[in-house]
Amino acid sequence: MNTTILLFLLQDGITNGAVYALLGLALVLVFAVTRVILIPQGEFVTYGALSYAMLATGQVPGTVRLAVAMGFVAFALDLYAARKALHLRKIARSAALNIVFPIALFIATTRLAGPTTPIAVNIALALLIVAAIGVFLYRIAFQPIAHTSVLVLLIASVGCHLALQGLGLVFFGAEGLRGPALSKASVPAGPLVFTGQSLAVYGLTIAFIVGLWLFFGFTKMGKALRATAVNRLGARLVGIRTTLSGQIAFLLASVIGAISGILIVPITTLYYDTGFLIGLKGFIAAIIGGLVSYPLTAVAAILVGTVEAFSSFYASNFKEVIVFTLILPVLVLRSLAAPAVEEEKD
Amino acid sequence: MQRLPLVIFAALMAVIPLIPGIPPFWIVLLDNIGLASLVAMGLVLLTGVGGLTSFGQAAFCGFGAYTTAVLTTAYGVSPWLTLPASLLVSGIAAVLLGIVTVRLSGHYLPLGTIAWGIGLFYLFSKLEFLGRNDGISGIPPLSIGSFRMLSPDTIYYAIWIGVLLAAILTMNLLDSRTGRAIRALRRGHIAAEAFGVQTPRAKLLVFIYAAVLAGLSGWFYAHLQRAANPTPFGAQAGIEYLFIAVVGGAGYVWGAVLGAGVVIVLKEVLQSYLPYIFGGQSQLETIVFGILLVLLLQLAPSGVWPWLMARLSIKPASKKPDTSLKLETRERAAATSETLLHIEKARKQFGGVTAVNDVSFDVNAREIVALIGPNGAGKSTTFNLITGVLTATSGKIFVRGKEVENAPPQEVVKLGVSRTFQHVKLVPDMTVLENVAIGAHLRGSSGAVTSMFRFDRAEEAKLLAEAARQIARVGLTDQIDQLAGSLSLGQQRIVEIARALCVDPMLLLLDEPAAGLRHMEKQRLAALLRQLRDGGMSVLLVEHDMGFVMDLADRIVVLDFGTKIAEGTPASIKTNPDVIKAYLGAAA
Repeated sequence: MNTTILLFLLQDGITNGAVYALLGLALVLVFAVTRVILIPQGEFVTYGALSYAMLATGQVPGTVRLAVAMGFVAFALDLYAARKALHLRKIARSAALNIVFPIALFIATTRLAGPTTPIAVNIALALLIVAAIGVFLYRIAFQPIAHTSVLVLLIASVGCHLALQGLGLVFFGAEGLRGPALSKASVPAGPLVFTGQSLAVYGLTIAFIVGLWLFFGFTKMGKALRATAVNRLGARLVGIRTTLSGQIAFLLASVIGAISGILIVPITTLYYDTGFLIGLKGFIAAIIGGLVSYPLTAVAAILVGTVEAFSSFYASNFKEVIVFTLILPVLVLRSLAAPAVEEEKD
Repeated sequence: MQRLPLVIFAALMAVIPLIPGIPPFWIVLLDNIGLASLVAMGLVLLTGVGGLTSFGQAAFCGFGAYTTAVLTTAYGVSPWLTLPASLLVSGIAAVLLGIVTVRLSGHYLPLGTIAWGIGLFYLFSKLEFLGRNDGISGIPPLSIGSFRMLSPDTIYYAIWIGVLLAAILTMNLLDSRTGRAIRALRRGHIAAEAFGVQTPRAKLLVFIYAAVLAGLSGWFYAHLQRAANPTPFGAQAGIEYLFIAVVGGAGYVWGAVLGAGVVIVLKEVLQSYLPYIFGGQSQLETIVFGILLVLLLQLAPSGVWPWLMARLSIKPASKKPDTSLKLETRERAAATSETLLHIEKARKQFGGVTAVNDVSFDVNAREIVALIGPNGAGKSTTFNLITGVLTATSGKIFVRGKEVENAPPQEVVKLGVSRTFQHVKLVPDMTVLENVAIGAHLRGSSGAVTSMFRFDRAEEAKLLAEAARQIARVGLTDQIDQLAGSLSLGQQRIVEIARALCVDPMLLLLDEPAAGLRHMEKQRLAALLRQLRDGGMSVLLVEHDMGFVMDLADRIVVLDFGTKIAEGTPASIKTNPDVIKAYLGAAA
């Protein structure tokens, strides 16, 4: 092996790993706050990436219509839930979030979409669309069963994944898409060339890790989310709105997913169903991080990315086998190291 | 077990293919439902009953299918001979994966299964001798003599006989000594281990059982399709099996069959009719299917089968054990002088906190000793040291002269020490009788296979009789068939005492037995404990109700901040200045 190949593989691994780290962070976040293992995370990635890619070609992505439709359903659920005590302010707030916002987004998207729209506007639109879908998804699918077991939440999560993936095919077709790069700059460094795109990946990943750390460590809202994660009932008793915590977790997860998608779609062609596998690798990182620790998840993600890069070079046939069996020894070590406390289940 | 519904169901399934004019396609669907039921049934046991969620079951189908595919095509082995081979390979794979997996705790377990599930799928699709992505085709059909099961309606009977047998064996297993141990797993391991259940072994057992059922399904699949390729053994399939089990009602054997029916028929209906309604939109069925799944879980989170049973108000038949059957009992000490429990400078530190600080005391035969002290005095920790739930940092504990040196709870209970818990640890969805029978776990010996084929009935009757006797002894005969979770907390504590009595203990450890009891119930409990003592048993109890303790105990040991501050008769304890100080604060 010569050094150049080694460096190339490392670079490749770290770039992939950074994206897995972002997804891993989002998964940890959602799981910690809502106990939902977010299988549809992969769909947030593809929705973000492909909406952005379609906007770049001047088309209006179907996802914005989905956001409007989901908004209506969410509003109907809110009305139904509040049917015994209809307060005008409550309804107005729900209508603003669930009706006005997606419709405004729809109008903005149809107006602004065009071949000459600046990249920044396209990114903003794609992010807003996926963010809306994320928040509504929590309201519709998970909020009504928030009290049930992890297993039931997980199955619901699978259901959401199937529905969203199917819709993805309707919106984007079976063909893969690529989006324009965020920046065309490139920085040579020895034998390697760092593209502006990969630098953006590193930068945003680090920014998110630091941002989440600050958010959870130093803001009241972040602490409230952590409290919800530890004990739902306890959090409610001290006045934390656990529903809001769930929505914020899903908001963050969908935004992170969409950003990861937008970051990788200029590098690799994405298909409507690519997200699942990417999400799963983020998942591996999250598991290695124990679903609790952000820095550990980030390190694990880099590891996963690097192992993937090296195994695709040396044993490309067994790349996935190697990546997915990677976590077994880690899991065993983790559960041996864990104190033998009694788990109160259900 | 209700035989009639089973016979009706079997007869119904036997008649279906004979109905004239039945579309052949329906038979194909029923074949698929049968195959999925087998896997889901394993998951019912593994996930619903045992609490071990697995996404990897499809991979075990793969082991079953590929084993027969390779043996029949490459080596020309007869399909029936490959059946044991298929089951064996799935079983061995389960042992290897299980040793790694079942040790995982909490959420690591399902996540771990996703990982190796996907890993195995890619392995199937990359290995040369398994035909890579194309798989293996040309697998011979099953045949009996010259009758070859080439069409879906001939293999139908083979599949459904398999399903029915599996259902019967699974129900037999659940309704047995081993079954109770498995059912106790989901509620944590401490209570089960306190009565001698080897929880890691029980977990591995259900894991292997589920894998063998999946292997059977895979074997059928290979001979139904007469080909095997990696796709049906991937992560998606693994997830689908899990939600078949959840939709049907994880925890119910027939829920697996119902769930398979609901999910497969639903998918088929969506696939064939949606294009008519909405035009040829591709993948529309997955969208609708996903949405329906979410909707269903919101309406019936515990699954369709329990929901249906509640609608039809069908209740499981109650058991009337024949209480004349007797189990062998332990030899009792005749004299009162024997020291049953001897604790010598037991110490337990959690990091910098010393929960139990060099505590020494004895419990003699035929004696009721109370362990009292303010909250946080180390009483429950002492219990956990004696019963082996925690290992002491230093010090020695002897039971009947034998040192229990870091023995696990399963060994301590064999010495005749049984206990109840401060926080009730019963299995809420098992009846009082079944819960109490867990206490008699070590007094039986039937294993899983014996139970599946019902060779355990004589012993089982004795175990249930013993449980019923102990329930009668504590005065809960009227509640014997109720679910433990439906009783009041006070009654649940009494059920725990009955369960502990089923061990036939020499020494009974009771952690706050009177909490939540009414006055009359407390008096009855005190009378029971006195009667037990007079019958040759010793009791060590933790209790906060001073009236109860002073009235009942022969001797009292007082702990404060982990240290023994007094020991003596109730009268001497009442006037002990150190005790008064500990409870009421320093007198000025």
